[in-house]
Formats: sequence, structure tokens, C-alpha cells
Amino acid sequence: MTDISTPKPPKNASAVIVLADGSVFYGQGIGAETKAVGEICFNTSMTGYQEILTDPSYAGQIINFTFPHIGNVGTNDQDIETINPAARGCILREHITDEESWRATKHFNDWLKTYNLPGICGIDTRALTRRIRDIGAPNGIVCHQADGKFDLDALKKEAAAWPGLEGMDLAKDVSCTQTYKWDETTWDLKTGYGKLENANLHVVAMDFGAKRNILRCLAASGCKVTVVPGNATAEDIMNHKPDGVFLSNGPGDPAATGEYAVPTIKALLAKNMPIFGICLGHQMLALAIGGKTKKMHQGHRGANQPVKDLTTGKVEITSQNHGFCVMPETLPANAEVTHVSLFDGTNEGLRLKDKPAFSVQYHPEASPGPQDSHYLFGRFVDMIKESKAA
Amino acid sequence: MPKRTDIKSICIIGAGPIIIGQACEFDYSGTQACKALKEEGYRVVLVNSNPATIMTDPTMADATYVEPITPAIVAKILEKERPDALLPTMGGQTALNTALALAEDGTLDRLGIELIGANREAISKAEDRHLFKQCMTELGLESAKSELAHNLEEARAALAVIGLPAIIRPAFTLGGTGGGIAYNKEQYEQFIKEGLDASPISQILVEESLLGWKEFEMEVVRDKNDNCIIVCSIENIDPMGVHTGDSITVAPALTLTDKEYQIMRNASIKVLRGIGVETGGSNVQFAIHPQTGRMIVIEMNPRVSRSSALASKATGFPIAKIAAKLAVGYTLDELGNDITGGKTPASFEPTIDYVVVKIPRFNFDKFRGTKRTLTTSMKSVGEAMAMGRSFEEAMQKALRSLEDGLNGFNDMKIGENETPDHDEIRAALSNPAPRRILYVAQAMRNGFTIDQIHEACKIDPWFLKRIKNIVDKEKTIKEKGLPVDAEGWMQIKKMGFSDSRLAKLVHVEEKSVTKARHKHNVRPVFKRIDTCAAEIPSDTPYMYSCYEGNGLQPAECESEPTGKDKVVILGGGPNRIGQGIEFDYCCVHACYALKEAGYETIMINCNPETVSTDYDTSDRLYFEPLTAEDVIEIIRTEEKNGKVHGVVVQLGGQTPLKLAHDLEAAGIKILGTDTDSIDLAEDRERFQKLIQKLKLRQPDNALCSSEEEAIEKAEVIGFPLVIRPSYVLGGQGMEIVQTMEEMKSYMARALQVSGKNPVLLDRYLKGAMEIDVDALSDGKTVYIAGIMEHIEEAGVHSGDSACVLPPHSLPFKTVKELEAQTIKLAKALKVKGLMNIQFALKHNKVTGEYDIYILEVNPRASRTVPFVAKATGVPVAKIAARIMAGEALSSFSELLVGMSMDHTAVKAPVFPFSRFPGTDVLLGPEMKSTGEVMGIDKDVAQAFAKSQLAAGTILPTEGTVFLSVKDSDKEKLIPIAFELMELGFKLVATGGTARLLKEKGLEVTRVNKVMEGSPHIVDSIINGDIDFMINTTTKGPQALADGISIRRMALTYKIPHYTLLTAARAGVQAIQSMKDRDMEVKSLQEFFRKDEDTEREAAE
Repeated sequence: MTDISTPKPPKNASAVIVLADGSVFYGQGIGAETKAVGEICFNTSMTGYQEILTDPSYAGQIINFTFPHIGNVGTNDQDIETINPAARGCILREHITDEESWRATKHFNDWLKTYNLPGICGIDTRALTRRIRDIGAPNGIVCHQADGKFDLDALKKEAAAWPGLEGMDLAKDVSCTQTYKWDETTWDLKTGYGKLENANLHVVAMDFGAKRNILRCLAASGCKVTVVPGNATAEDIMNHKPDGVFLSNGPGDPAATGEYAVPTIKALLAKNMPIFGICLGHQMLALAIGGKTKKMHQGHRGANQPVKDLTTGKVEITSQNHGFCVMPETLPANAEVTHVSLFDGTNEGLRLKDKPAFSVQYHPEASPGPQDSHYLFGRFVDMIKESKAA
Repeated sequence: MPKRTDIKSICIIGAGPIIIGQACEFDYSGTQACKALKEEGYRVVLVNSNPATIMTDPTMADATYVEPITPAIVAKILEKERPDALLPTMGGQTALNTALALAEDGTLDRLGIELIGANREAISKAEDRHLFKQCMTELGLESAKSELAHNLEEARAALAVIGLPAIIRPAFTLGGTGGGIAYNKEQYEQFIKEGLDASPISQILVEESLLGWKEFEMEVVRDKNDNCIIVCSIENIDPMGVHTGDSITVAPALTLTDKEYQIMRNASIKVLRGIGVETGGSNVQFAIHPQTGRMIVIEMNPRVSRSSALASKATGFPIAKIAAKLAVGYTLDELGNDITGGKTPASFEPTIDYVVVKIPRFNFDKFRGTKRTLTTSMKSVGEAMAMGRSFEEAMQKALRSLEDGLNGFNDMKIGENETPDHDEIRAALSNPAPRRILYVAQAMRNGFTIDQIHEACKIDPWFLKRIKNIVDKEKTIKEKGLPVDAEGWMQIKKMGFSDSRLAKLVHVEEKSVTKARHKHNVRPVFKRIDTCAAEIPSDTPYMYSCYEGNGLQPAECESEPTGKDKVVILGGGPNRIGQGIEFDYCCVHACYALKEAGYETIMINCNPETVSTDYDTSDRLYFEPLTAEDVIEIIRTEEKNGKVHGVVVQLGGQTPLKLAHDLEAAGIKILGTDTDSIDLAEDRERFQKLIQKLKLRQPDNALCSSEEEAIEKAEVIGFPLVIRPSYVLGGQGMEIVQTMEEMKSYMARALQVSGKNPVLLDRYLKGAMEIDVDALSDGKTVYIAGIMEHIEEAGVHSGDSACVLPPHSLPFKTVKELEAQTIKLAKALKVKGLMNIQFALKHNKVTGEYDIYILEVNPRASRTVPFVAKATGVPVAKIAARIMAGEALSSFSELLVGMSMDHTAVKAPVFPFSRFPGTDVLLGPEMKSTGEVMGIDKDVAQAFAKSQLAAGTILPTEGTVFLSVKDSDKEKLIPIAFELMELGFKLVATGGTARLLKEKGLEVTRVNKVMEGSPHIVDSIINGDIDFMINTTTKGPQALADGISIRRMALTYKIPHYTLLTAARAGVQAIQSMKDRDMEVKSLQEFFRKDEDTEREAAE
């Protein structure tokens, strides 16, 4: 690894990344002229940057995109997973180009500015990725300042002082605070997003930072969705008379979020409520049944991740975004591991043998990424129906 | 579930000769398949008529048949070998069509052979336009509006539905032969006729035009458990209307949102399932409307293709190898990803962190008379690929990889005037021609806006703006000069500017640019192609260069050179006529041989179709342009650790050879023959002196550097004479001229091709026989590897001539003399490695013997090396590489068995004339063939018959022969005509020829020449009355014009025709031999079975 800790500032520098260990990378600023501190993670997707930046699970993180050209297709009002982006900033190899897409309504750079997101380009994002791969995701700060005058010591201090994601409950920041109904279905090239006409089931979604496409997939499967804050109690939830409960994805340390979510889930399980969890929701279910989670070395973030469904032997190419994982050896006997990552064997899914509950670590709703796993929403609906019949 | 154990033996069909649309990508896929299946312990039976392939090396399969790929011959092989399964997806359209024929005629069922990889139904569904469309509709996918037609009448009705412009696609043809886009009714009917003829089932599809739509391709792999992955998405920069093989393409797709991309991804997987491709790789093509996103499925190939080779090289995912393993029952998750050292499985989707640009290489210059417009029928002969960390970088690297005189976005002249007018520029942009991308840049220099350019060429503005970026930067450099600091340098190098392009922009020499850059220590770094954007560590040294960082501190370089003793092998770059797979074959052998000898082998090449650019051919692979700048930077990096023993430049054709001087000037050692010797042979003046010194004979000749000088010298030598430019391959710019007038008309091009070097004029030896000799030498001793007797007379380029090994008609004494002269020249040139000599033998009426003339000496690998190796069983290229690295020829004496063989091999060329309407098919000193086949048999006539069949010439054994020869051939025609009559053919001839034959007592029917009016010979051809043609002509304009319609017609109607009497004679003998006995098939392993094997078997 080349020594990059104290480089000379180049003439055209208008942004800088400073890592907690003092490493400095100069580049050109993009987006808003501000700074952001967070965990620096990499994402290997070649498409879907707008969905990625609006995925609430990226709260507290700065995304290093491995694909060099980001921004090609601009941004639009449809390809979003929440209204406000949750990621804190982004790191790119190339300058943002003009948007060229019939769907684009705004330049990516302007979009970043709209949401006050800073970013940096001109970075060897591959070298940074290799560094994250080798030493783990570092905490750092991205600072965009047109005059190029940076107080590196102060930035370093700020980066080092950031507590990190471990132990951090970020879900509460991105969860909704009020209950709302959801009936928008998945996107279609000709008609855009649809509306659920004839709901035959009702699902309550616990929002730890839910991606909209999960809600859309639930709606598209025929479920009327009521979204409740992540800290809703079992009683709150049962008051909505749901046929099933969905545990959403979300950011931060599952152990921290689990403190208030686990009792709720336990209570729902006790009532034999059908449950489906995704990502943080998967971790919540695991914690609720007595399992443990841990922080991963580099996390999984990309749209090419192979996962094997152990129940069918089939391989799905999945979209993933997680920096924590469930430790399968800590799961109780009534839980069955259903999915594993073929990249590194990480647990990617579980099922309860004695309760109508299952969850996956990856993102079957995709957006961005392959839609191989959309079938899981169908599996959830079937489970609810079976449960009702029984 | 691991591999199948119920099958033990598998037959693989190769793609046959290199033709447009089917090039060395199928050697790459076939070789991977052979290796993969052998590795699994299967017995592999291989059929491929192309001797220049790595896959036909006897070690690649258990039984290797270099035999014609026709259903009948393959059936014989299957009958003899009785494999359990047939894998038809590795050899392009040829293999697929042959397999389908064998399935349909019941051969496979009769022999109990299972089709694996693709079944009969899937092949039919994918290939038959009607079934395909029906399938798409059932899947809920849109395909273009279309109508089927089987005759002109139906086609006219179809037009009423579809409207103009309309696309005409014949069924079951490769590379879209015979198809086209019709803008008016006349064109429409023309394409309909050609299309109906080209389609083996006389079926065409008339389609709504999607001109200007965006075009994409998806490379999909599926296993028997229905696991599907997309290996790579490819976006065509040239929008719909240009065949994807002729388009500049980029990977991954760059102008789609994720939502649109996923629609396409889902659709591609649906298509595979719907068509029923159970296992293996397929390619699905899409058109997308740029303003609505409406998506249309264009076509799919249920087999590995050129695009899958590209996708494999672009991502590092070996599609063919994986497809072969899936075909025998593995699933994706059971197979490892080689690139990550097997740490991760093959069941994932590669993600890349660079941009890949592929650019086609054309050879329109060789086919005068044809329009340089690109259509849906492929015309390119090769391609180069480049990677960069931005589109700009990859694009500029791709342009210089083409090795076509470009070093970036070179300035182009549009129209005749100094400053082109608006209409001229617009016309240049809207005509999809080979260099359109350069006209795009030129239009920008001329003030065209992005909108105006997009309007004219429909290239997506995203790409146009990147090019604009480059053009703007060039303007700044022109105005302000080269950068003054490291940061400035880094900025322009990151955009992919070559030192040579910068030199041109600021009007200095390249070396001063390089020097200035080095002063600021601005150097490239190397990144790995690892299938996963660095997410998982990769130990595979498959690399490309880029510039990283801001120039102020060193950037991260992943080359990690080893401390080993290494040899760098330079490949041949993009294929082109004259420099193709034969040279890649030699480079691959050098890798194998030097690896065996204990060196670390480092390959540098930029051709994605080849075996040489497979990551496991060499120890280390740099996918880089073959320019001095790029190569030297790699070597400097490799020199940081271990020792670079030297560079091999003499195996990859003219491309690496051209770099020898620059490499030497940089202090890099060239292995093998000294560059001075190479110069000595190439420099016509020095060579002349050498010949005189050695007391050998050359045709009378003279050098000239201007037209005036040429006129003066030509008068002394006399006509006819041959014009030969220096330092060219494939006889570029060569012509035989009969008159001063003619000479003048060709001289300008010859001088231009020759550059600063003089052009040689030499006396044309009329009626001489041509001989090729390949030899190996270590400077002290010489081994004659092969002596090849050409069928066509001297004057036809050796690459276009059929030849026989060993020579079948030469007296012993002449052979000995040829050997002696070869040895003399090899020693004089101190050849270390390979050498090729072309001799002309002219019968001396006084002595009754042959006078030997030397036409050319090339102290490097020649095009015939693989043929010689296959024909004699001696690994010539491997030995050459070892000699170059310093070993003595004598250490290989066991292998050097010579030409003492009891079989004959015939090499025959294949031509792309049918792809170039309007061009004449006559042969001359400029090479036009794209590939070759080998016929091997115990007797020469049968070997020739096999070679003709393999090359696609189906010789008739009965019917009517048309004879029309020039006056000087008339006497020689008589015995041939008699032979034909005895064989039972009816004779038809034009006036003069008919009269002569009648005089000699032959029964012959006279037919009108075209200019004599209907009913004439072309009418007879169209009516199907002619089965075989012998048509020789003088080169006068009238005779040419008269003959061209006959020859084009013969081509269109696929009538075997010979334009030279020597070849015709061989053809007639082949017919005789075909009537005498059935063709027999025999594997190379049987031909070269060692004596001890036979003895052992006898003992048993």
C-alpha cells in the first residue's frame, strides 16, 4: 500500500477526504459545499446511484462508488427510496457528466446540492476500496470547499471523534415518526408506479428506515400496508389488526435498535403473527429469538452478490447493503438457516421451524439491483394465507 | 450434483476457417472447451478444418480431425468415434448449423449421440425468425414488427405492412450475410433477392426499421438448475442499423437507469428460459427507443459468440470454459471463479470498475468497388479492445490499439475543400462508415454542436460529450502547449492521450513528449481485471494500464512484478487481412514453450478474440495497445523486480516487428533474429546486395521513391512488372501491371503505403510456380520445416494461394536446391527463430530445369507456420520460441522429423467477396483471403478435394461446366476440357473458347458473353444450368468488366469457379478423385502416431 497519509495539496483541490487515521486524499468537490463525517463504505453497483443514496440504510455512511462514471443518467423523481437521502456523501473517480436519459429531470450534481450532500471526485476509488477491503471500513470526513483551504488537523480530529456505527441506533433518525398508509405498487416502464386496487391482506411494516420499494413490493403482492415507527409496541401494531408484520431494513448497529424493537417482535412471535424481515429486520428477528449480530470487516454492498437458498439449492443474484450480520452459531434450535452468501459464507436468511416467520439479510426488493428474489414477497403472502387458514 | 458420469466421450465442432463474422473468438472458445472437458476426464473428439487454431493442436483433444465441417463428413467422424455427446455451441454458426443438420437427418439418434449445451428445439427456436418472434410474443416481450417472406411476391406484400426503411434479414446466416436496410423499393427488391439466396432455407424476415435506436447486448449464462447470471452488458455506441460486430461498443452499459437495466436483465433471462437454452452462454440483443425506453428484443444466439469472447475478456469471466462445464452437468455454484483463485463461485455477476471500449477493424481498402457503408451485414475483419478508468481513456486507448495509423482522435479531412461545408459534414456524420467516430470529432472542430451531431448520427449525446471533452482538451493543448507540471500532465494522461497524439498536437517528436512526461514522473499504473471491483482479493495478474492520482505522489499500482526471469511476448493486435490467427497461434505457442523452459511469460496484446489474451495462456497478461509508449511502460514496470530476459517480436506479425527499433532504442533486448537482419530482409536495397553477394537470383528489379523514378526504371525492366511497397504485410498496395499507364495509376497508393521507404519494381515472372519455405534456425544450423508448392502461379499472393505440402511435382534436385538456398539465406541473415522464403520457379527451356528466383525473405514467423506444424506434426512455433530464448536447434533434434511423411496436406484460402458487393473476385498480389483450411489425405487430389469442400466449394461430380479463358490459356485448357468430358460433364463455352474446343473434337455448346446479349451466360447461371466454372481473364478494362458480372453471379449462386487455370486443373483432379472413392476421415493423432505406438499395438 502506497503511503498516502500526508500528500501535498494539488492546485485544483476543492475537496478532501480525511480518515480517522490521518490519511488524506485530495480531489475536486461535487455537490454541496459542506462537510460530512461518517463511515466510509464501498458499493460495487454499476447502476442505481440515486436509489443507493436514498436508501435509509446508508445513514451515517459515505459511499465510495467503485464504478468510475456516476451521474450519467442524472436524477429523476421516481428512482428514490425515500424523500431525503440518508447517506452523508459520496466519493467518485470521475467528474459528474451531464445527464443523458429520457427519464432525467435534474443533473446529479444539482441533486446533491438540493439535499446538501457533499462529495468528492478525482479519487482513486479502487485504491480506497482495496484499503477498506484490507483494513475494514474506516471513519472519515469528506469536506467540499471551493477555495481549497482545509484545516486538516481539525478535520482529522472530527473524523477521529466520530463514534462509529457500532452501538449506534440510527434507525430512530430515519424511521417515520407517524403512522401512514402505503398503496403504491412497483414501477413499470409505461405507467410508472401503480396503485393497489384490491387489497386482500393487511401488513404492518415496522419502519427502521424502510426502502420504498419494499413497501411497493408488498403492495404489488396485494397487501395494504400500514407503516408504523420502529419504536411501535406490539400493542400499537395489533391495534391495526394486521394479517402479517414486516420488519424493515435500516441503518446502524442492530444491537442498539434491538433494545426497543426486540420486545415488540418477541410479543408478536408469541402471538404467532406471520413475520417477514429484510436486512436490519432480519437482524431484529435473529436478536428476538436469542441470536447475536456482529459488525463485519468490510460489509456487503453491491448488486452482484450470490446467495444460495438452502431450501431449494438455487442461487439468486442479490442486491445487498449490510455492514452487520447475524452469527448463525448463536441461533436457537428452532431457527433454520435458509440462505448463505456464496462470497464468504455470511448468513443471509433464516426461518423459524415452529412459527410463521422468516427473514433475509439481502434486499429482495432490489432497487437497485437484480430482481431475482422478488418471489420472497409471494412467499410472505403465502405464509400469511396458510397461517390464516390454520 | 457434479458432472455427468453417463457420458465418457464428447465431440466438439469448431468454426472452420476464419471468415468475416466468425473469427478467432471461436478458437478461443473451442480451446477453452477442449481444455475444460479434458480436465474433467472426458475423451474429446474435435472437428475443425482450420489448421491455424490452437484447438487443433493434437494435445488439445484426444482425437483431432482437421476435416471439412459438413454434415456428411462430421457424420463419418461420429460413426467412427462414437462419442456419447455432441457439444455444438463452441463453433459459431457453423457448428450450430452442422449439429442441427445431423439432428434433423437422424444421424444423432441413429448413433445414440446426445446434443449437450443446446438442444435441437432451442437451436431452431433461436435461429428461425418466425419461431423466435412467436416465442418473444408468448413471453410478453416486444419484437420489431415483421413479416416473413419466402419469395418476391410475399416480400412485396410484406412491404405494404412494414413500410420503408425496412430491414431484410435472411434466416440461418452468420453475421447477417445477405441482409441490409432498404430505403427505396429498388434496394428493397435487391436485398430480398440476395437474402433469399443467402438463406439456406430461402426464408427472409422483413422488419420495421429501428434505425437510430440505442442498441444493447446482454451476455447471459444459465445452468441446469435454472441459475442465471448476466456476465456483462454491452452498449453499442453506433446505434441500431450497424451490425454489432461493426459497431464501437462499450461495457458496461452507460446510459441506462437501474430500472431500465433491470427490465433488460429480466428480459434476457426470460429469453433464455423461453428459447430453452438449458445450459451455457447466450447473447441477447436489444433495441431501446431513446425517448420512450420502449424495448425490443432483436435476436439471441444460443451459443458462445464474438460478444461472449468480448465479455469474457472485458470482465475476466471465462464464459466458454464455464459453459463447457455446465454442459456436462455442473451448476454455477459448483464451479469456482478462477480470477479470485476459486475463493468465490462462478455463480455471481461480474462487476467492473473500469470502462471497456471495443472498436472494429476494417479492410475496405482491399475491396475496391464496394461502398464503405456499414449495414446489418458485418464487414469488419477484426477488433481491438481497451480498458480505462474513464470512457475518454478507454476510447483513446482503443483508437490507438486499432493500429490503423491512429494515435487518438486524429484529424480527418471531410470532403474535397480545405474547410468542408455544413452539408458535407452532415453527410459524413449520417453515413455509418468505418471512421465515423473520427468525423464526429472533426465536426466538433468545425463548430458543430452536440445537438447537430446527434441529429445526424444518432449517437447518444453522453458519448458525444465525452468526445467533445477530448476535442476541447486538444484545442487547449494546441494553444497552450504541453503541461508544465505533474498535475497538468496527469490530467491529460487520465483522458487517454498518447504521447504520439500529443506530439502531433504540439508539433514535436514523440520522444520529446515522453521525455517531458517522464521529467515530471508521470507514469501509468496497472490495475487488475478481477471480476469484482476489488471486493475480493485476486491473485490473477490480468491487467490494464491507467493513470491515477494527481501526479503529486505515487498512485497505487497492482502490477506486483515478480522476481522471476521473464520474457515478454508481443501479440499481433487486431486481426486484419494478412495478419490474423496464424500469428496469434505462434504467440500462444511461445507462451507455452517459454513457460516450459522455466521463464515467466508476459503477454501484451489488445485483441479480445484471441487465445493469447486468455488469462491462463501466459503467466501474466497486459491487455494493452501495442504501441511503443504502452509496451515500454509495461516493461519498465516489470523491470522493477526480476529480470526481463527479452522481448519476442517476430511471432505476432508486422505489428510487434514495427516496435523493434523503439524497444531497442529504449535499451530493451529483442530476442531472436537481430533487428538489423530483419531490416536487411525488409530493406529492398540492402536485400538486393545480399542476394548478389550470395550469388542467388532475384527477378530484375529496381527501387524507386517517386513516380518519375518509377517510370524511368520501369522502362529498363520492362512489363509486366510487380509493384511492391516496403514493410507491408499481406501484400498491401501490391499490383501486377502490364503497361506504363496501369503502373502510373497504382503507383500513388504504393508510395503512400510504403511511407518513407522505397517501392520495389520487379519483373513479373509470367507462368512461374511459387514455393513457400518455412525454416527454423539458431544461426548455426537450419531445419527446413516445410516446402509448400503453390497451386496458383506466382503473382497471386501466397496467402491467397492454395498450396501443397510436401511439394508433389518438383524434381528431387530442385527440392535440394531450394533447401540449400534456404540454408544459405538463414545463415547469412543469422536467423534465430523462424524464417519464411518465397521462391518462384521458372521452367528453363534450354536446361530443361527450373530456374530459382527469390521473391521475398521474412526472418520472422509466417502465416504458414501453423499449417506446416499441423501437416508435419512438428511443433515449429514452440521450438522457434525456445531458440529465440537461447537454446540450440540441436536440442530439439528428436522432434525434427522433417517432411518424410506418407500423406499430403493442402492449404486452401477462403475469401470474403460475398460481403463486398461490386468488388471483383480475381486474385492478385494483394492478399484478400480472411482465413484458410487444411485438407489432409494420403493422396494429393483427395487432399485438395477436402480442402475445397472445407473452404465451402462443393465440387460437382456431374453436370455442366462453363469454360471461358483468355487466349494465352487456351492451349492449356484443352487437356482439362478432355478430362472433364471423360468425367461425364457437359461443356459450355463462349465464342473463342468454344471454337477452339470444337476444333479439337470436343462436344461443346456455345453461349453468349454478357455483352453479346441475352440469352447469355449470366442467364444460364441464374437458371441453374451451370454447375462448375473455369473463367480466366486478361486484365484489360473491357475484359474485366465483362467477366465481373459472371464471377459475381457465380459467387451469388455459390457455383464453384476457378479464375486461374492451375487451380482449375487441381479442381478437376479433385473431382476425378471424388468419383473414384469416398472421402475418408482420419485424425491427426492417427496420422502422427509414433512408430513405437504401432509396434506396441502389434505386440499386443
